[in-house]
Amino acid sequence: MDLFSNLSLGFGVALSLKNLALCFTGCFIGTLIGVLPGVGPIATIAMLLPITFGIDPVGALIMLAGIYYGAQYGGSTTAILVNIPGEATSVVTTLDGHQMAKQGRAGVALGISAIGSFIAGSFATILIAALGAPLTKLALLFGPAEYFSLMVMGLCFAVVLARGSILKAVAMIMLGLLLSTIGTDLETGQERMTFGFAPLSDGLDFAVLAMGIFGFAEVIKNLENPETRDVVKQKVGRLLPNGTEMRQAAAPIARGTLLGSILGILPGNGAVLGPFASYTLEKKLAQDPSRFGRGAIEGVAGPESANNAGAQTSFIPLLTLGIPPNAVMALMVGAMTIHGVIPGPQVMTKNPQLFWGMIASMWIGNLMLLIINLPLIGLWVKLLKVPYRLMFPAILLFCCIGIYSINNSPVDVAMTAFFGLFGYALVKFGFEPAPLLLGYVLGKLLEEKMRQALIISRGSFMTFVERPISAGLLLVALVILVVALLPSISKKRNVVFTENS
Amino acid sequence: MTTLTRRAALGAAAVAASLAMSNGAQAQGYPNKPITMMVAFAAGGPTDVIARIVSEHMSKTLGQQIIIENVAGAGGTTTTARVAAAAPDGYTLIMGQMGTHAAAPALYPNLRYNPVTDFTPIGVAGITPIVIVTKKDFPANNLREFVAYVKANPDKVNQAHAGIGSTAFTTCVLLKAQMGVQKLNAVAYRGTGPALNDLVGGQVDFMCDQVTNLTPQITAGNVKAMGIATPARLAVLPNVPTTTEGGMPDYQISGWNAIFGPKGLPADIQARLVDALDKALEDPATNKRLADLGTVIPNKTERAPAGLAAILARDLALLDKPLRETGAVGQ
Repeated sequence: MDLFSNLSLGFGVALSLKNLALCFTGCFIGTLIGVLPGVGPIATIAMLLPITFGIDPVGALIMLAGIYYGAQYGGSTTAILVNIPGEATSVVTTLDGHQMAKQGRAGVALGISAIGSFIAGSFATILIAALGAPLTKLALLFGPAEYFSLMVMGLCFAVVLARGSILKAVAMIMLGLLLSTIGTDLETGQERMTFGFAPLSDGLDFAVLAMGIFGFAEVIKNLENPETRDVVKQKVGRLLPNGTEMRQAAAPIARGTLLGSILGILPGNGAVLGPFASYTLEKKLAQDPSRFGRGAIEGVAGPESANNAGAQTSFIPLLTLGIPPNAVMALMVGAMTIHGVIPGPQVMTKNPQLFWGMIASMWIGNLMLLIINLPLIGLWVKLLKVPYRLMFPAILLFCCIGIYSINNSPVDVAMTAFFGLFGYALVKFGFEPAPLLLGYVLGKLLEEKMRQALIISRGSFMTFVERPISAGLLLVALVILVVALLPSISKKRNVVFTENS
Repeated sequence: MTTLTRRAALGAAAVAASLAMSNGAQAQGYPNKPITMMVAFAAGGPTDVIARIVSEHMSKTLGQQIIIENVAGAGGTTTTARVAAAAPDGYTLIMGQMGTHAAAPALYPNLRYNPVTDFTPIGVAGITPIVIVTKKDFPANNLREFVAYVKANPDKVNQAHAGIGSTAFTTCVLLKAQMGVQKLNAVAYRGTGPALNDLVGGQVDFMCDQVTNLTPQITAGNVKAMGIATPARLAVLPNVPTTTEGGMPDYQISGWNAIFGPKGLPADIQARLVDALDKALEDPATNKRLADLGTVIPNKTERAPAGLAAILARDLALLDKPLRETGAVGQ
């Protein structure tokens, strides 16, 4: 079969000593930057681009890809250990992952996220190899209207599943949506809500917001109340999940992988929805949803698998079509062009070594990451024993370096500090930061896609219901809303985002 | 953190060391420390790619590393303003382009620089021709049919572009002005990638953009090329007719990237930089890398400081009125 001869070509390329070394280097750097809060794959790949000049294109891309998906593995570490999401995709991991760490199950949480990520990564790699080309069509079916409806569905998940403080959750989502409108308006070029302050003209960066309201605010909160830290550092517990936990996590991993894989293919960074969707699904399916937000292993296994699957499948539009679905992939396009490979539909036939070599290396990379990460768990967990007075300056320092590196801008660091204070105030008043981030992430796409769809339809809102996929997605959103608002079910309604009171 | 320590720290010691050696020979006077070349757009974008390819060879000639610094913001105007205000010592340069220098004055009423008087031109690094493409099942098959169809169906046709001030935006504003359909529906996307995605997916009808981005999609038949805005056909796209062939001889426009320093750059420093750029563009390997991207390497007269000033003056004049008429403004 063609697939096998292609894959053997790919493994032939990827298994050369040099490419193995590059793959390992990429995965290792990726793990490191994933662990360092604030330092993201975009800044790292941009910085490392020049050193790949001396390497051949295949090797260079294998390494850069390794950094990207390696960061997805590493990103969960800070989310679980110190409650700081390094990436948009690890926001939900903080919810149950950090609770698990507080209960002395940090090792289990890290273990299950590594294992889940490996399974998801392997599946997504096979998916790219076997169905990459046909799946590209899925990406092309999603126009602005479909995308808007998908975002509406995403927001419905969040609204519906918030309990008790539903009003506060809605308020946070709305605030997130509002924050996402800061900056230059895409369609008219007018600045909105920037108050003439130039650094706001391109809007707030996700990392600035996330590091502020999660990272900095968390540090302030912990400094106020040192005892809570002691709980974490005294109980270390097992390093790997046991049989029961594996069984609990198996189905969430499978569902998360599937969800993440599909969303990852969509243009415009659909991958960010993966973990949120997976978390919502797991909670909805759970026998006892009240465990979520209090250290449910399913709440770590599902989203972690989803984010890694999405990271892998987002390579599909890049490799098969030459069109980057998100900022990291846009950087990969740059890397390819610098190396003289013009990304496009011809890459598969013109550069089969590159195409299949990269795919094979992704699987090898995932295996390497599992091998890198499992032994490191012991080390990470030991980090929790470091006294907090030594830990927090390091966390703040790395956050600042990370924020600065995004756009070489000191103003970003100052804004992060501002959002730190803001995030602390939110926590004090009992508002959760996660819905705010979800609102922010979805808000940009929501507005952008809605306006694009309306411009194309000449202002007719019917476009959202006339197009079958869009109508289907809106219908699902409506069903979820209705079902959740029925009194019998609303009793069981639970908090998606509350962290623990 | 300098590029060298970063490299060493990241363990690519072998590659870095050999590069460091080759750059070790110091020239007298300028340059005696690394040069910063600002790129007002994200790493990996077309301007960044050209800056990196050209600066790699220029570093060898100058005997000093050229460090690329990407600071994106406000359509590139923030960073361009920063370079305009920098010390004219030759250590701060910018890889400018059509948007930051030729289009910005008409789009940003509060622009903090004058693209002509606030800069010392060094030279043109690359010219990227513009091609008009439609979705693959668009009713027109050539530029004449295209113009006729668009004029007959202005309420049906949607144009995509990569954001206000982008090359895709600017060049299409000119096209629409020349076709007499200024008010045609335009859909803004965040960059060429998403716009192209929706064009290939058939959500929008047409766009204008640099061949660099479009050649693979045209070759694969994912989009249809109506015409290329150059005097002669391109070697990479031999089957795509020119706009002159298609009956729009006045639609002549290309994207370009050029190196500028702040105004008042001493003549000897300017000369050294011009020489380094010449050597880079004459180097067969660098030349081939640029050509593979679909970039046209300007000849020595075109790319010289006077040639750059001429291109800039031409495009400023060409774009000013159509851009102001769109009513799109930044800041």
